[in-house]
Amino acid sequence: MSSSSWRPGAELATLRLRAELLARVRAFFAARGVLEVETPALSAAAITDPHLASFSTVYSGPGPRHGRTLYLHTSPEFPMKRLLAAGSGCIYQIARVFRDGEAGRRHNPEFTLLEWYRVGFDHHRLMDEVAELVTALLAGRLALAEPERLSYRELFQRHLDLDPHRAGVAELAACAKRFELPIPPRMPADEADPWLDLLLTHWIEPRLERGRLTFVYDYPVSQAALARLRPADPPVGERFELYVGDVELANGFHELGDADEQRRRFEGENAARRALGLPVMPVDEHLLAALAAGLPACAGVALGFDRLVMLAAGKAALDEVIAFPLDQA
Amino acid sequence: MATYSTNEFKSGLKIMLDGDPYAIVENEFVKPGKGQAFNRVKVRNLKTGRVIERTFKSGDTVEGADVVDVELQYLYNDGEYWHFMDQQSYEQLTADAAAVGDAAKWLKEEAICQVTLWNGVPLSVAPPNFVIMTIVETDPGLRGDTSGGGGKPATLETGAVVRVPLFVQSGEVIKVDTRTGEYVSRVKE
Repeated sequence: MSSSSWRPGAELATLRLRAELLARVRAFFAARGVLEVETPALSAAAITDPHLASFSTVYSGPGPRHGRTLYLHTSPEFPMKRLLAAGSGCIYQIARVFRDGEAGRRHNPEFTLLEWYRVGFDHHRLMDEVAELVTALLAGRLALAEPERLSYRELFQRHLDLDPHRAGVAELAACAKRFELPIPPRMPADEADPWLDLLLTHWIEPRLERGRLTFVYDYPVSQAALARLRPADPPVGERFELYVGDVELANGFHELGDADEQRRRFEGENAARRALGLPVMPVDEHLLAALAAGLPACAGVALGFDRLVMLAAGKAALDEVIAFPLDQA
Repeated sequence: MATYSTNEFKSGLKIMLDGDPYAIVENEFVKPGKGQAFNRVKVRNLKTGRVIERTFKSGDTVEGADVVDVELQYLYNDGEYWHFMDQQSYEQLTADAAAVGDAAKWLKEEAICQVTLWNGVPLSVAPPNFVIMTIVETDPGLRGDTSGGGGKPATLETGAVVRVPLFVQSGEVIKVDTRTGEYVSRVKE
């Protein structure tokens, strides 16, 4: 341990910028009448998504949850939807969230999510608002081109001349070979999504235009577990992602309100977890009950606040904008 | 040999790929917010020195390579192999031309070298950073030149050729930086 290891990894000027951006986020939502809320970081239920790993701990009591395993949330989505179902109206939250197994230049296992829900919006209208907020926060710090919006299909057609909704594994693998991507060992022969993720992260993302907000929307149904589906050919999940340059910044949904459908998706994800040898997670029954009681039609989005600060500060890595990243925590 | 999970990846880690030993040069974690995480790595082939890119699904495991660096004393060359000795165990090891590579021209008997062993066999040899050698041949320099501007080639006792200042003469002993192949200074013996 060196004698300066107690010092923050981020410069103080960056931490001041971070505080300023937080204040401006709050002002943005206050001006629009969106209510700031706080929900628990610890929950008896957890996300079932096989690609997200929750930290867990054990509560030693007192009270009915005595001795129970509790999970640190990976996003505040479920309790925020309970608030929406209870009639909160439009809400936002600046939440510290936790994801095990994620560390790198653009990942820290605990990070700050700005998550908000707009009643009556669909995912396109919410994209408008995300663009407004992000453009306002980055103004004067990052030269931005006019935002672009294209579907997941258009994105793959443009960069790889491939229809991501129709291509089978063989075609996706051939595409990866054609573009000379390093193909990981043990890629599944019967599941397209990991191949789509490989093409997206290794070929498309590095080629997204610097200084431009790129919204990608209408994802394969298999990649939109919390989104509404829209009957199309093939059907798509009403999900969107925002990239600023090649930095993935936000993920949003036109939110699914059907409790039965949501339960089926959770159970499907837990079945996938079982098949992968991952722990099965307790489904959030409170969320399902809230959906059954009635979620107002809404769209919601989660934005990686640390990455936003990274972009605004002109830094290349999260450990330059987080006071004490994991290795120093 | 141990296996390593991608979570243990860091630069310097030695792993086996396609039957060859590699060292990780760079490791990057990439993950779409809602999808498969990958580790993109740059790895250096320890036999050829070539750097290539590979990707693993995060959480996968890779076989470790039994590669260690040891300090060995160079003994002699028998015309085909270079012989080294472990100064603690007195065990002798031989290295072939592929392992010794460019280091050959800097090897002087009794030099302590860093030798990389793969499964106990020398894979590469790094000479000492600085070597002291006698010049066996160089053109007589101009009288009166003491600054060393310009320079001239000089052949050393091992056959290596380095540029030396004009005032340095045959039979003199010099210090050379093997990493750059450059003359450092004269050495008084």
